[in-house]
Amino acid sequence: MTQSISVNGRTHEVDLDDDTPMLWVLRDACALTGTKYGCGIAMCGACTIHVDGAARRSCVTPIANIGAAKVRTIEALHETEVGRALQRAWRELEVPQCGYCQSGQLMSAAVLLETNHAPSDAQIDAVMAGNLCRCGTYGRIRAGIKLAGTYLTASAP
Amino acid sequence: MSAVESPISRRAFLIASMLGGGGLLIGFTMSARSQAQTPAPTPNAYLRIDSQGRVTLTLPYVEMGQGAYTSQAQIVAEELEIDPASLILEAAPANEKLYASPLFLGQITGGSGSLRGAWMTMRSAAAAARVMLIEAAARRWQVRSSTCRAENGRVLHSASNRSLRYGDLASEAARSKVPQNPPLKKPAQFRVVGRPVPRVDTPEKINGRAIYGIDVRREGMRYAFVAASPVFDGKVGAVDDRATLAIKGVRQVARIDDAVAVVADNSWAARKGLSALEVTWIGGASGTLNTADLVAAADAALNREGLVAEHIGDPSNAEAAASGRYEQIFRLPMLAHATMEPINCTVHVTADRCDVWCGNQALGRAQKFAADAAGLPIEKVNIHNHLLGGGFGRRLEADYIAQAVRIARQVDGPVKVMWSREEDMQHDYYRYINHSRVTVGLDAKGQPVSWRHRIVGPNIMARFLPIYQKNGVDLDIVDCATGPYDIPHVHVDFARNEAPPGCATGNWRGVGPSRNVFIVESVMDELAHRAGRDPVEYRRALMAKSPRPRAVLDLVVAKSGWATPLPQRAGERRGRGVAVFSGFGSHLALVAEVRVDVSGHVRVERIVCAVDTGLVVNPDIVKAQIEGGIIFGVSAVLREQITVANGRIVQANFDTYTLLRIDEAPSIEVHIVPSTEDPGGVGEPGTSGAIAAVANAVFAATGQRVTTLPIQKALGEAARA
Repeated sequence: MTQSISVNGRTHEVDLDDDTPMLWVLRDACALTGTKYGCGIAMCGACTIHVDGAARRSCVTPIANIGAAKVRTIEALHETEVGRALQRAWRELEVPQCGYCQSGQLMSAAVLLETNHAPSDAQIDAVMAGNLCRCGTYGRIRAGIKLAGTYLTASAP
Repeated sequence: MSAVESPISRRAFLIASMLGGGGLLIGFTMSARSQAQTPAPTPNAYLRIDSQGRVTLTLPYVEMGQGAYTSQAQIVAEELEIDPASLILEAAPANEKLYASPLFLGQITGGSGSLRGAWMTMRSAAAAARVMLIEAAARRWQVRSSTCRAENGRVLHSASNRSLRYGDLASEAARSKVPQNPPLKKPAQFRVVGRPVPRVDTPEKINGRAIYGIDVRREGMRYAFVAASPVFDGKVGAVDDRATLAIKGVRQVARIDDAVAVVADNSWAARKGLSALEVTWIGGASGTLNTADLVAAADAALNREGLVAEHIGDPSNAEAAASGRYEQIFRLPMLAHATMEPINCTVHVTADRCDVWCGNQALGRAQKFAADAAGLPIEKVNIHNHLLGGGFGRRLEADYIAQAVRIARQVDGPVKVMWSREEDMQHDYYRYINHSRVTVGLDAKGQPVSWRHRIVGPNIMARFLPIYQKNGVDLDIVDCATGPYDIPHVHVDFARNEAPPGCATGNWRGVGPSRNVFIVESVMDELAHRAGRDPVEYRRALMAKSPRPRAVLDLVVAKSGWATPLPQRAGERRGRGVAVFSGFGSHLALVAEVRVDVSGHVRVERIVCAVDTGLVVNPDIVKAQIEGGIIFGVSAVLREQITVANGRIVQANFDTYTLLRIDEAPSIEVHIVPSTEDPGGVGEPGTSGAIAAVANAVFAATGQRVTTLPIQKALGEAARA
């Protein structure tokens, strides 16, 4: 049946089964392909999105669970201060290689930085261990999160 | 594929012509020296300079994260004297004749060969264009060309204070004779090469706009998930599709001889439809095999005489005369590529045309496979290549392109054929089981006087790149079978051992050296231990004739603090291990530090790498590639293993094939040795070096020499024993 969902501030009318994971809703029906399919079982984090500000693995989040929640994807990450800081740090440190996992890396990191501008290594590990990177950019992801945190601290009132 | 001293000859003819609408087109034709072909009339149009001064560069090497787009742009911008950011970059279409790598004579991105290939060809094309533009300006001004110079997209004549834009000169330049050996800039003159210029692909990779093969969308496109036989060499038998066709959105079930696909209006309907499909698979002859059978076959091959790959001196006599002898067998497991982007391919077949949207490392092969599957002539097949969500050798293959075309022939309109992660993991072109036996004759001081290495594994090149063999020996699998050491008597042979039918094997990051560096460096480490000598000092004493690897060894010793013992704490064992080798035209030395707890759990804490990769085009990309290669190697050596039960791959997803995560990743330092030698490759070697250095560090920490990988399984088994 047709459902109405809010993605990146826009309302989408979607006619898909209730059990359809948000991953495929976003990619197929909303044409937002920045959210990536990696494993389908919430083991790699490539499909991470924000649902009312919380990180969710969209491959195991059915559309029926979204309701009136506000969904944000990588395509709108730059609309938040944290998102812009992360993207700036990612460019500064040239974090991506193949880049396929990086949407999910950034979306996970954004939730961490929203509440903590100076995460410890252990805090970074706890959040980011859910995101695989086969190219091996882990060192730069860690440095990128810390650098973005310094941008946010510097701009804080 | 190291391509070092490969049998492939290199010859390229520069060709120029006038662009339609005005401007200069310059490119190459490639031919094998041995075949003495006449140059083809069509150049590959590496470079086009139009009358507006716009410079378009056609990129023969695909981007899979290794920075190839950026490096190619830097090389051309340097010789053409333009800003690299001003270049318009276009991915080359599939055309084996026009875009073959000079290293492999195929349109291949792999083997750490992009930069090395580009350095040989694209650099000359850009330099030739610069010369022709300068000559055109000199003719117009009636001055000597030696009094003119190129700078920032213009030709200048300082004496008369005149200048002309490239766009104003391009058509006239096209009439010049093409210099076949244009003067190349000296390293001291470089302004773009050697700098960490920003990667051209980063901006779109951080905002969700980058388009990988899996992101392709076409008007009227259907979505399909596919399942090939779970049993090696199996075929599709009976299919019950009643439940599948009842699912909303499912359009059809496509069936080919060894796979089924459910085609639907969206991905989830296709996925659900495939789960609901009842397929009876008719198992092939390999349907009873287990990993133990495959290991036993490789062990049996260790006792077969192999084809000779290398023979120096008189190893038999040297062994007979030696004071001591060391012999060890090594066993390496099957491994998966597990690219983050699962295998996929979008195809639209019509009566007289086949369009393929994909991400692939070997576009000529992709085009040929698609043409065969479509039943169309090759020129009717259009390959639209996109960014690759990881390659590592998996996307050198075109199996999935042929499969998608066969499925698409049954579908009206374009269809995106996707593999689930499980399908991807269980239908890989695996790095196959590799065994080796090394026998070393020792002098009275415990130094090697003879080196005998029998290599057991598949001949991948016989299928993949037949010219990369010599006397039946796969030149990749024997690459790095000896180290950078001065040993007077050597014998290396290759006992071919293929996987069973239906179990595909292929190239995996690091290729031959990813097996051999581990083996050679484990042996050297053990020999040093037995001689009671420091592992660095023992190796160094044998490296008088290998100055480049010796220099990186010295550098890594200094940077890693090798001479300072690691602090030890109760309840854990810590150790450092070293590895040094030459491969892919580069020279690397690595020191790994590991911590092993009482349960045998290994944590790799730090890896320091010194690399001499010749002239560096982009130092940050070099570092990134080494870092990534190291993580790939650490992941593999600790835990990765594909196993087989009843002719089926056991592992299916990231819960059972466990890759290294950020919380286990070592800190990595990469130190680059300045050099003006030709550039080497950097995508592959970090992996090989990390596998070896970690294994040696585990020995230093535990006293256990792990000869059967992965380490974590070996230590766990040892703890239980």
